Amino acid sequence: MKEIQVLGSGCAKCIKTAELIQSVAAECNIPVNVVKESNPEVIMSYGVMTTPAVVIENALKHSGSIPNRKKVESWLK
Amino acid sequence: MFIIFTHLADWLAFTLLGLAPSSKLGEAVHFFIEDTTKIFFLLIVMIYFIALIRASLNIEKVRDYLAEKNRFIGYFMGSIFGAITPFCSCSSIPVFLGFTSGGIPVGITMSFLLTSPLINEVAILLLLSLVGWKIMLVYVLAGLSVGIAGGIFLDLIHAEKLLQPFALKAYQSATPIVSIDSSRPKLSYKDRHAFAKQELLDILSRVWKWVFIGVGLGAALHGFLPVSWVEANLGSGQWWSVPLSVFLGIPLYSNATGVIPIMESLITKGLPVGTTLAFCMSTVAVSFPEFILLKQVMTWRLLAIIIMLLLTSFTVIGWVLNAIN
Repeated sequence: MKEIQVLGSGCAKCIKTAELIQSVAAECNIPVNVVKESNPEVIMSYGVMTTPAVVIENALKHSGSIPNRKKVESWLK
Repeated sequence: MFIIFTHLADWLAFTLLGLAPSSKLGEAVHFFIEDTTKIFFLLIVMIYFIALIRASLNIEKVRDYLAEKNRFIGYFMGSIFGAITPFCSCSSIPVFLGFTSGGIPVGITMSFLLTSPLINEVAILLLLSLVGWKIMLVYVLAGLSVGIAGGIFLDLIHAEKLLQPFALKAYQSATPIVSIDSSRPKLSYKDRHAFAKQELLDILSRVWKWVFIGVGLGAALHGFLPVSWVEANLGSGQWWSVPLSVFLGIPLYSNATGVIPIMESLITKGLPVGTTLAFCMSTVAVSFPEFILLKQVMTWRLLAIIIMLLLTSFTVIGWVLNAIN
């Protein structure tokens, strides 16, 4: 089970990012746990200034936009 | 070159729809068609080209740059960057914390965040094409002054003491920023195109409704609001019309795209420039949903100070411009 956090203040793009990761994971049959994190303290601790950002197993993978599908696949595999 | 949109509106409103050019409805419909076509044309062309140029400018670079500068250049550059950096208001909290934890003084960070909604390429473009370069210049200078003066004031009163405890701690224990940006690869034309396309879609999807609302209201005012009424009730004779328009702007939340067509209409009706600008700045910069977000990093006291600071400076700007004119 991969622990995935989507960092962001709850804007539309963050929700879309989380949904995208869920759907790609479901297609590839990879068990994931996607959590939306909106606590500014936590977001700051990753040094993120532009949201949405994606953190997988505590490592920052992406920030500033909705990631594209290929990128998401490469993280999950 | 913008005359083509006037011709298009002439043809659509007067020939195709058969409205009389001198009727109220005719004037309003003409205004609506001319402005919406002009604005969408300009938005699409200019957002794309400007985004191509600034694809390599990002918030990390701005932070690294500001962290190295001395204070007074910092307020000035903070405001300039606030105007030109691509930046979504939903990121204002992470940006605030990113700057603060990088040791940038709260005042400089606020110079950046205060100028950001006031001035952007879309606003400049619309002002230039709808109300002319003189008022555009006045608007930009007024916006930058608010950012710079606001930033200096907040540092003078040691605003960092009024942050939420965790944000203050982050500021006090700030470590020099390790720039990660220099390792990024240079952008190819393809990358720039992808960025510009994304920007264009982003901005359009955010502002299109404001264009219709703003131009719609502007058109209604243009067609149906009598000049004599504006001159009698909102002329520059009454000192209170400026603070009143600033207060009216608070609950009306819009962005610059929606409010500039209304400005255009009000100015042609004889509303003094200072009153108009004060109203617009208040509408664009003071929005409660965004201020409530800032509560996550600030105390209520600091929020109240910032709101009062903005309202006061818009009022003063309005009075000064009315007096000069």
